[in-house]
Amino acid sequence: MAETKEKSLSDEKPKPRVRPIVRLGIFLISHSFHFSVVCCTAGVLALFLLPVLAKNTYISENALMPGSASPMLSNQHVSDGNRLVKDLTNPNSKSSETGIESHKIIAQYMLDLGAEVSFHKFHPQMNQFHPLHFFSSPDSGKIQENYSCSSYGINTVGIIRAPHGDGKEAIVLVTPYNALKSGFGEALSLGIAYSVFSLLTQVTWLAKDIIWLVADSQYGEYAAVAAWLREYQTPKFSSLSTPNAEMCPDVNNLFELKGHSISGSKFSNSFRRAGTMASALVLKVRDQNEQFEDTISIYAEASNGQMPNLDLINVVNYLAVHRQGLRVNVEKLWSLLNSSWLKSLGEIFESLAKVAKSLYPKWKFGIPATEYVEGTATLASSLYYQALGVPTGPHGAFRDYQVDAITLEISPKFSLDKVWRNDILLRGGRLIEGVIRSVNNLLEKFHQSFFLYLLTSPSKFVSVGVYMIAFALLIAPLPMVAASLYVDANSSSNCSKGDSSTPSAITDTDEHSIAIRSWRWLNSAKLVFIVHLWGAIVSLLPYFISQIPDCSPTTSFMIWVLLSILSLLTLNSVLASPLACAKATQEKEWALVKSVTISSVFIGLGLMSVINFATAEIGALLMVPMCLLAQPLKLDVRAGTLRSFCRMICNLVLGHIAFPPAAFFLLKGMLDGFGNANVGDFWMWVESLWAWNSATYLFIGMVQLPCWVLCISILFHTC
Amino acid sequence: MVLLQRPHILLLLIDTHQFLQCWIAFGSANEEGQQQEEFSEELLVKPLPDHKLLAHFHFQSSAPPSTSNGCHHHLFPKAISQLVQKFRVKEMELSFTQGRWNYESWGGFDPISSSNAKPPGVELWAVFDVPQHHIDASWKNLTHTLSGLFCASINFLESTATYSTPEWSFPPASGNVRYGTLPCEAVCTENLTPWLKLLPCRDKAAIALLLDRPSLYRGFYHSQRLHLTSTESSSEGIDSGIILEQTLTVVLQPNSERAIEVHASEKHVQPSWSLSSIFGKQVSGRCVLAKSSSVYLLLDRGLVAELKFPNKENGKSAANGLTSENFWSNPSFELSVNPDRIFLEESSSHSKSLSILYMFQVEKYSESEPFDIGLMWKVPVAWLCQQTPLHASRFFMGSGNERGAIAISLKSTQFTEGFMSANSKDGSCELRVDVFQVVPWYVKVYFHSLRVFVDQQPRAVSDFIEKIHVSPSKDKMSPGVMEVVLKLPCRVNTAALTIEFDKGFLRIDEYPPDANQGFDIPSAIISFPNFHASMVFLEDDSLNRSPLLSKFQEKCPVMSYTEVLLVPLTTPDFSMPYNVITIKCTVFALYFGSLLNVLQRRVAEEERFLKAKAAKKTGRLPLLLSKLSAKLRGSGINQD
Repeated sequence: MAETKEKSLSDEKPKPRVRPIVRLGIFLISHSFHFSVVCCTAGVLALFLLPVLAKNTYISENALMPGSASPMLSNQHVSDGNRLVKDLTNPNSKSSETGIESHKIIAQYMLDLGAEVSFHKFHPQMNQFHPLHFFSSPDSGKIQENYSCSSYGINTVGIIRAPHGDGKEAIVLVTPYNALKSGFGEALSLGIAYSVFSLLTQVTWLAKDIIWLVADSQYGEYAAVAAWLREYQTPKFSSLSTPNAEMCPDVNNLFELKGHSISGSKFSNSFRRAGTMASALVLKVRDQNEQFEDTISIYAEASNGQMPNLDLINVVNYLAVHRQGLRVNVEKLWSLLNSSWLKSLGEIFESLAKVAKSLYPKWKFGIPATEYVEGTATLASSLYYQALGVPTGPHGAFRDYQVDAITLEISPKFSLDKVWRNDILLRGGRLIEGVIRSVNNLLEKFHQSFFLYLLTSPSKFVSVGVYMIAFALLIAPLPMVAASLYVDANSSSNCSKGDSSTPSAITDTDEHSIAIRSWRWLNSAKLVFIVHLWGAIVSLLPYFISQIPDCSPTTSFMIWVLLSILSLLTLNSVLASPLACAKATQEKEWALVKSVTISSVFIGLGLMSVINFATAEIGALLMVPMCLLAQPLKLDVRAGTLRSFCRMICNLVLGHIAFPPAAFFLLKGMLDGFGNANVGDFWMWVESLWAWNSATYLFIGMVQLPCWVLCISILFHTC
Repeated sequence: MVLLQRPHILLLLIDTHQFLQCWIAFGSANEEGQQQEEFSEELLVKPLPDHKLLAHFHFQSSAPPSTSNGCHHHLFPKAISQLVQKFRVKEMELSFTQGRWNYESWGGFDPISSSNAKPPGVELWAVFDVPQHHIDASWKNLTHTLSGLFCASINFLESTATYSTPEWSFPPASGNVRYGTLPCEAVCTENLTPWLKLLPCRDKAAIALLLDRPSLYRGFYHSQRLHLTSTESSSEGIDSGIILEQTLTVVLQPNSERAIEVHASEKHVQPSWSLSSIFGKQVSGRCVLAKSSSVYLLLDRGLVAELKFPNKENGKSAANGLTSENFWSNPSFELSVNPDRIFLEESSSHSKSLSILYMFQVEKYSESEPFDIGLMWKVPVAWLCQQTPLHASRFFMGSGNERGAIAISLKSTQFTEGFMSANSKDGSCELRVDVFQVVPWYVKVYFHSLRVFVDQQPRAVSDFIEKIHVSPSKDKMSPGVMEVVLKLPCRVNTAALTIEFDKGFLRIDEYPPDANQGFDIPSAIISFPNFHASMVFLEDDSLNRSPLLSKFQEKCPVMSYTEVLLVPLTTPDFSMPYNVITIKCTVFALYFGSLLNVLQRRVAEEERFLKAKAAKKTGRLPLLLSKLSAKLRGSGINQD
């Protein structure tokens, strides 16, 4: 308001004017301190306000029509499913060492329904660190020569072709199953899937093909699904390892037996395909449960914080709550649920809302304090898992191929009688049937609803438009402060120079010194660049360290730290020292360094927010205060005021917290307790990050760590 | 208005009826003298291995050269004959298909499947008898005419980006052929009704009476086809005899209550069926205009081999007798009606066993005694249909919105092994495979990236590709066409062709309303010119006159269609034009504002002025602030 008025007024006057936008900039720069305090506080506050601002989910795509058709899954199908569960849990089906028997049983059941069946044999592929392989599309994997016969998994795949459909699209249903040590839960999940599958072979409304993938989870659920998807999407026509594997007697045996027993040509050992995948559901049943009612947990986070379309979650939530009477859960940070400060914060918000409502009855934004606490816990976990960038289940493999997928984990209340089992089969089956029917209704792929969102409860979400505000407020002060520091450093050195030299010299060397001074920031930029270069080297080091055979995590971590310090010293001595020494005498050099650091952090956070918002948000929470507060300790000590003392304390605390390993241990301690913290844990964590191609790893290595080093160097600056 | 017109219509109807009767009388009068317009209707029923039933309706009308009786017709549909005359169509085929032909269980090596298994949606090809430069115009007119005739959006094939000109791989090889498909066209009764209108008895009598819409469209596969050939009789090309062949192929499930069958033993017994149970109707009497109307039941080679007829050894002698009881009272099945005639297939080179055809004359039956055959299975039978030499499937590779690859994989079937071992005497036999692939222009195929894998080994393209013809796509102008002749060794197990592509961008007005569904890539045609699907039944006088059986005798190459693919392209957010407009306006406003500002301002003067000011004032910022506060205060006062 004030600025616009100022503009209009200044336009009228015939005096020389600075353009309003420039004037506004100057104003902000000159008041950068207040500005940054206000913005940062507002940013943090906005983050805590998110659960209050969350909107109720709604089904955006009209074609989905969840629950509009009455479920067709009958007791007949349930008893079919029960039969499979019995056969699988039968002790003599587990006699075989490799669990081939149970795969045969499943295949036989699928064939009896008239589905097309094939086995997919795969070798578990270890996730490896590929430097510079982040963000690249999944490749078909390396050919490894030394596959042994013993280490392979078998996925059983059944496909129903839609009778009237044109076969362009398919819906995938995945049930992880470990034939060697399957719990009752896994068998039950197969039972649910089978009952749905047997229904779907009879229905006439099917427009998309149905693929049921029984993923062999003895090498991990994700690996099996990823291997199948790799074969589906990027098959290798030339395989050197196949003849190798064919020689293994077990496999041949399996295939031959099947071929004999089945009439017709529905079975084949070749890989079978259906069309483009429309969406995928992973179904799991948990073995034991402490809950008092049947609940269903939804896991949606895929690699690098990618989420499936919100409509998919909405459909599941709607059908589970309103049709099948299941309680729906999304992951929460349980430790936050009991925290008293959150509760009091919630109460404050609640009372504020009450006040607002009393002032103007149409303002209804308050939520009860308990709901607020739960929403915050869910939001925190949503942020945490997105920031981690590691998929929370086998559904993550689908997201790599732009297929919307979620994992549903049904945790039934624990009892073993038959009635209960039938009930779970019926309700779980009807839920799956409803979801498949909804997706089947879709004419287009999921595109109506949100892809960028955070969940605060299964039926509430915060969309990108809202949560970006918190982040934007948090990083808004960075460019202002950088500019003000730059201006300050230039002008103050100008003044000091002016004092020391004779007045005549000023006029002579004015132009020249200005030219030199205006390029002085390049020095700091060089320093910042070197530190970032070092950050890149540090992020590449684990690749080489992981090549060292039999190394415990602790020693690897130690080697990593040592090498990092060594490389920093080397880089500093080789590249930085000669010039840095020459210019070290200049005052206010730290301010320039800080200014450039802040700029680089701003760029880094801005980039990261595009790739993975949650990482950027958490990183901003740590780094923005550290960057803004950093000031040489010597200056603070010299000043000796209360303010500088506070700043010093803050700096020291932040300097410890923002160090990535320290932050990790702090977080881990908060979640699991400090008792069993181990130095090697950080190494393992980092290993998991790079194995999953998480962008968070790059962020830590190339933005956060350099920023921390620069801030520390500012703190200990000798000026 | 309508009410007023009604009596006239009635009168007109009566008139035409009388007129028609006159014409029929006339037609029968000079039957001996000239070649006549003929119509015949046939239905072939064939049990399929996966408990389903194939019903193939075949209606054929033929018109003699038009010089004989002007432009008037007795039976032949006038719309078609006009179309042929107007656009000089030499040969044309139009098919509407819903569902997929299952090559693995329904077979691909018999005349029915190789000519009636069609890709989903609409397929149209036509050969014209006009000069080269007129072909495209004729094609465009033809598409519009057919579109009106069959209530379908065939007119979308008009644009040059949707149809192609196959050079030599497409079976009716000639330069004048145009080929186009609409994979996403929905097929329903609105297409069937105009098709039935071409029949002289519509669906009011005889076999066509069975075409009960609900039971037809409940089926697993439904393909309605219209094939016409005009044979020139004189050199001018105007006079032509036209043969119109209308076929409808459906695959049905005899009894849908499968849920009742629980016991595993019962599951393997083929379901028993009768025409009335499948179609819900019975055939009562014949269409009086039809020359012949008959129903056939075909037991294909695999089934016959499995059934083990008691006198299989002396099958030929029995066939001569034609009424051998052994053929229709088999221990494994029972027919409810005695066949009028039994045909045995002549020995074929491809298979050891021979198929059997039972023929039923519909003429004998009347409304009081409707015709209804039924087949009851007594013992479980399982057999395999004869498959194409190589089973072809096509799929996409890669992910993302940028690029991908199309792969066509060929796998040998059991059939090939048997055939090849019999056929390869010198050990160097070759299997010729023709691939015809059309890709729309927005899928930018790089033909240089064609790679061939044979038996899981990457091989040089020149080793296996004998001939290749490529016409690259032009943006928004023409689709890319690839025709390849592959020569594979007979003992090949698997072969694959891959070709990479980039996904193109479309202009916003080029997207269809359901752009987020993705875009279809029409089926590729895989044909095996070395193999001919033909069924020659033992010679008989009456046999020559049956159009269906003579159609079976024709040597047509074995063909199969691959799946239709769905390629997701990047789509703009169609709900955001508002945002785009807003952003554009903002950018324009900023741009023009600053441009005007720059143009107006005299920089040097202003700087001098500023310097002069700076000499007076101490600092700029305090001044600004004081000004701001003064203004705020001032304006506040003003407002008050």
